[in-house]
Amino acid sequence: MRSVVAVTERVVETPSTVTLRFPYPAAADPGQFVMVWFPGDDELPMSLSYTDGPSKGITVKAIGGTSRRAQATRVGDRVGVRGPYGDRFDLSPRKVLIVSGGSGSAALAPAAERVCAAGGSVTVALGATRAPELLFKERFRAMGANVEVATDDGSEGTKGFVTAVAERLLASEPFDTVWTCGPEVMMKKVALAASARKIPVFCSTERHMKCALGMCDACALGPFHVCVDGPVFPAQRLLPLEEFGSSHRDSSGRRVPL
Amino acid sequence: MADLAVRCAGVSLRTPFLLASGVWGESGESLAQAWNAGAGGVITKSIGSAPRPGYPNPTIEAYEHWGLLNAMGLPNPGIDEYPREVEVARRAGATVIGSVFAGDPEEFARLAARMAATGVSALELNLSCPHAEGFGAEVGGTPADVEKVVRAVTRAVNLPVIAKITPNTSDPASLALAAERGGASAVSAINTLRALAIDVRLRRPVLSHGLGGLSGRAIKPVGLACVWQIFEKVKIPVLGVGGIANAEDALEYVMAGARAVEVGTQVTFDGIGVFGRLAHDLSTLLDELGFARVEDAVGVAHRTSSVPPG
Repeated sequence: MRSVVAVTERVVETPSTVTLRFPYPAAADPGQFVMVWFPGDDELPMSLSYTDGPSKGITVKAIGGTSRRAQATRVGDRVGVRGPYGDRFDLSPRKVLIVSGGSGSAALAPAAERVCAAGGSVTVALGATRAPELLFKERFRAMGANVEVATDDGSEGTKGFVTAVAERLLASEPFDTVWTCGPEVMMKKVALAASARKIPVFCSTERHMKCALGMCDACALGPFHVCVDGPVFPAQRLLPLEEFGSSHRDSSGRRVPL
Repeated sequence: MADLAVRCAGVSLRTPFLLASGVWGESGESLAQAWNAGAGGVITKSIGSAPRPGYPNPTIEAYEHWGLLNAMGLPNPGIDEYPREVEVARRAGATVIGSVFAGDPEEFARLAARMAATGVSALELNLSCPHAEGFGAEVGGTPADVEKVVRAVTRAVNLPVIAKITPNTSDPASLALAAERGGASAVSAINTLRALAIDVRLRRPVLSHGLGGLSGRAIKPVGLACVWQIFEKVKIPVLGVGGIANAEDALEYVMAGARAVEVGTQVTFDGIGVFGRLAHDLSTLLDELGFARVEDAVGVAHRTSSVPPG
């Protein structure tokens, strides 16, 4: 089930995120994820930040023990990869607003690239705690997207949350659709703002995963399983769920606040 | 149309197909969905006294469509949190059977009483999880152990108690007899087979815990053998579980002696819609073979004179 592959490239994207590239020819689309085994450590779900061609990529943000060690992976180290799993972004919209926080750009950037390559227009509201953490800012600009930045500390762009930038953009331009990825509280605000304007909005969600095959319930989100029904969900599926934006299950399955 | 309703271990089931423990059973919403998809009943994830995160990943290896190897390590939110999930499932109308595991008879009894209080219709005792130290197969590996645990539980609750038997033994029937002596209302067989996968490039086991449990189509012949042997020895009903992928598989188990069956791994390969398909196909198959009710087929393969009508 898994391919054991050697990392071919390691790119430091921000002080806390690193992109790892590896050979993995299976076809994949933006929105999908792989389960990546760091031998001797853990196996984590990772959005594919590079989906096209025989070489795929993941972009790892150091959050806990395993992701910190995963970040330290060097070129030549071997990882186990299985997938891709999950649902994809619908790439047909022509005027997209992307709202990205945390490491959300990892899932969103490949989708944005496809839209730009097909002649569509992409605007990105990109948020981070501080300027050096703005993930894929140059990648978004290079593909022809219009990028508006927000940082918590005001070190670049608007001082404050990216949701405020998103709401301003939603008020000023007629977008076909909104894609968002980042902290779930942020995604819920974006989903509410876009839905209030009757604009379709899709959220790339995450939960703890064990099997990633739709068996074990670890990634249960309301009546859905993030691994097979998501990770990309239309907001109308998520907004009615009490847990969306407020709670999730820990690795034992207990419900805990986000 | 053949009648699929069965009564087993004191529980009325609308079809003989139960959702097996360990699949979709951690969340009440998932249990409700399995019920709404047509399962005859749903068995919960095995719940323990305290929350357990389970083992680190990798916790699963899949083999095309014929097997799953798992070492989840009994992750579960613990009995304090679980009543809410049972409540959600019951509000959807589900017939819920609560699965529990523990390290000794006294803990089993305390836990069983708490699970019984959540509103489940019966209990299934996990005596046979092959890869969690101190739990499962170490607790339920000998007839003496099984009898002690089952007796402690049946004294503590008023609900039917089903003992789930391990296949990792040379004599499953003796374990089933011990459960019967202890007062079990039924036995279910089998849990997963102790198994292993190795990655030859990394020169290490694939699963973080090493040994795991094999489920899916590959284990059906082993499950059938266990049900066959158990049916020959016990008087209480038997539930068949292990590798059921279609209606014929289910009927094999019934003819071997099962009054009801559990389906787990196949949900992973086919989705939750498998329950609707299985019920429909079993009804058609029973009609074709001349059985008016599922119950009429229980154990018929043991009667060598039961040659089908010409």
